[in-house]
Amino acid sequence: MTNQLHDTQRLNRRTPGLETHGSHGTWRGYVVGYVLAIGLTIAAFAIAPVKNMAPFSIEAALVVLAIAQMIVHLIFFLHINTAPEQKTNVLALAATMLIIAIVVVGSLWIMSHLTANMVPMDHLMNMQR
Amino acid sequence: MFGKLTLQAIPFDQPIIMGTCMVIIIGILAILGLITYKRKWTWLWTEWLTTVDHKRIGIMYTLLAMVMLLRGFSDAIMMRSQQALASGNAHGFLPPEHYDQIFSAHGTIMIFFMAMPFVVGLMNFVVPLQIGARDVAFPVLNSVSFWLTAAGALLINISLGVGEFARTGWLAYPPLSELPFSPGVGVDYYLWSLQISGVGTLLSGVNLVTTILKLRAPGMTLSKMPVFSWTALAANMLIVAAFPVLTATFAMLLLDRYLGMHFFTNDGGGNPMMYINLIWSWGHPEVYILILPAFGIFSEVIATFSRKPLFGYRSMVVATMAITLLAFTTWLHHFFTMGSGADVNGFFGVTTMVIAIPTGVKIFNWLFTMYGGRVRFTSPVLWTIGFMVTFTIGGMTGVLMAVPPADFVLHNSLFLIAHFHNVIIGGVVFGCFAGLTYWFPKAFGFRLHEGLGKAAFWFWFVGFYLAFMPLYVLGFMGMTRRMNHYDDPAWLPYLLVAECGAVCILVGILLQVAQLVWSIRKRDQLSVDARDPWDARTLEWSTTSPPPAYNFALLPKVEGLDAYWEAKQGVNAPMHKNYEPIDIPKNSGLGFFTSFLAVVGGFGMIWHIVWMGVLALFAFLVLLAWWSWDEHDEYELKPSDIARLERASLLTS
Repeated sequence: MTNQLHDTQRLNRRTPGLETHGSHGTWRGYVVGYVLAIGLTIAAFAIAPVKNMAPFSIEAALVVLAIAQMIVHLIFFLHINTAPEQKTNVLALAATMLIIAIVVVGSLWIMSHLTANMVPMDHLMNMQR
Repeated sequence: MFGKLTLQAIPFDQPIIMGTCMVIIIGILAILGLITYKRKWTWLWTEWLTTVDHKRIGIMYTLLAMVMLLRGFSDAIMMRSQQALASGNAHGFLPPEHYDQIFSAHGTIMIFFMAMPFVVGLMNFVVPLQIGARDVAFPVLNSVSFWLTAAGALLINISLGVGEFARTGWLAYPPLSELPFSPGVGVDYYLWSLQISGVGTLLSGVNLVTTILKLRAPGMTLSKMPVFSWTALAANMLIVAAFPVLTATFAMLLLDRYLGMHFFTNDGGGNPMMYINLIWSWGHPEVYILILPAFGIFSEVIATFSRKPLFGYRSMVVATMAITLLAFTTWLHHFFTMGSGADVNGFFGVTTMVIAIPTGVKIFNWLFTMYGGRVRFTSPVLWTIGFMVTFTIGGMTGVLMAVPPADFVLHNSLFLIAHFHNVIIGGVVFGCFAGLTYWFPKAFGFRLHEGLGKAAFWFWFVGFYLAFMPLYVLGFMGMTRRMNHYDDPAWLPYLLVAECGAVCILVGILLQVAQLVWSIRKRDQLSVDARDPWDARTLEWSTTSPPPAYNFALLPKVEGLDAYWEAKQGVNAPMHKNYEPIDIPKNSGLGFFTSFLAVVGGFGMIWHIVWMGVLALFAFLVLLAWWSWDEHDEYELKPSDIARLERASLLTS
């Protein structure tokens, strides 16, 4: 019972990107990934409601945990690595990172502008009173 | 038991809605009756509903788009008529709450269920043929994608008769779309139908990207790939990158509405502007998802009918990829006026203007392709030239609005409406019609009637200018969008002209219907030289029309750009007909049943019938698990069978 999830040989021949000897991973890999993913999720939920931490540290911890979660998924479930036959996948990952960076950085920039320029609704309510 | 659903959900007191529903129900019953009478149910099930053939799925996408075009256009002409009638003391024939649903449905349907399926359908049909592949990478997934889109379309049309549709505009901005301000099921119809079809679009994007990157014919490097396939690659990369944003945004709005969360509410720490930011970081790439394949269609059409290779192939590819990247850097220009400072507005204004450069490169490439060529003025070329003129005007008004101070004057005015119809009708719709006319003979083995096609073009073209040029003027005069009634009598003459334009477009659509009916009836006369009727350049024309299930009996070997043109110029080398066995995917009901469960589950969730939603989800998981263990999903075509099929197709064509 090593790495025979389903009939991998047949699937690999049919699946673009896996025609060569690429594999769908091992049972051990999946279990390790699963445990790590669960652990990171539990950690995030455990940290979020903590009251006595410095204000920004909870957010920072959540961001770190989220990025770690993504890396676990990429390595253990999507099997991204630096092997030569993975060139397309690595390029796709790079393009994804670029788009995510644009959208996330752009959103942060835009939302910080909006926060600075627009009166929040509760302040507006207070002013009307 | 039935959540919010009661008999009051059906608007029996609304004659317009009830009349429409009656006509639709009678139409559906007539079609079902005809199928039963002709004993075509088995044929329909095996040849179409369960097919995994990319060509048939592409045709079904296109058919869905054309039906939805009729629905979206009915909404459009009702809005035009309302505005032509509702001046001063008159109030027109549509009450505000109905009018608001109509403009929301018009936008939603035209973008998600007309333009998207049309473009995806053409890509689905053409791309595998054009790159010399036997099918898409994941044929069953392709069928699932189509059926999910169809499920979304069905749900949105159910909202016509059962309940109501959103009154929020086509992007359902919060806080208006939040529960306290839209307590009805309209927004839920909007959200669930778009969630379901959005997943379908995303899966189809994954499928086509994989197909283009992995299944090209031997010898077709990326630098020898036809431009339409390049634009399809770009559009599908955008789909893969952008649609998850849409799904996540809608999911958060659903959580707000169903579980009382506060992502986009005003209180509880939420921020409606985050929705607007996220929805447009999907929404701007979306317009390039639509227009890039249209650019590809025009490139193929203009090169074929000018009998010249496309001018500046490499610059075309570079421009396409530049637009793909820039598409993700401009989204703020949709909300310049909503509170960003000068830095942000300036940055996004400049990125928006920069996109005009690669687009301009493309326009010049098409003009230079025509220059010195022997241009045949067939109807696809008319659509292309109509596009070049119209799209340039629309592009320039877009650059005008990219200037933030100008946008502060024009935001939400009819100038904006005129601008985006100018680029979407003049670009995407004209492109889809050019592609439809161009590839129709490939799909069915006969051409569309040319005279009716040209007449339809002229009515659409003139109708477009009559309908939308007055809106630019009205925008400058201060008329805002989505008005049910107005007091300024000076606007009326312009709106009457716009109404005339809508009627012209209606005639154009009727001519297209007539063209289809006429061409199908007279198909024997129109089937001359079905394989390559236009003397074309790319691989899809090298196989028979309609192509066999396996597309190419022998996979083509590609040695240059315009592979089929090169092959036609060469001496006909004796073909070695050494066929090899071909694996063909078997039909699969997975897509159809998934769609059925999506409609049931979606309907249940819309009406808060939780057991129905949960049951459908559970049934879907069982279906998926059951289907995953099906190993016998392919059959093998033996060389002798292929030889027999090939001989038969040579005799008929």
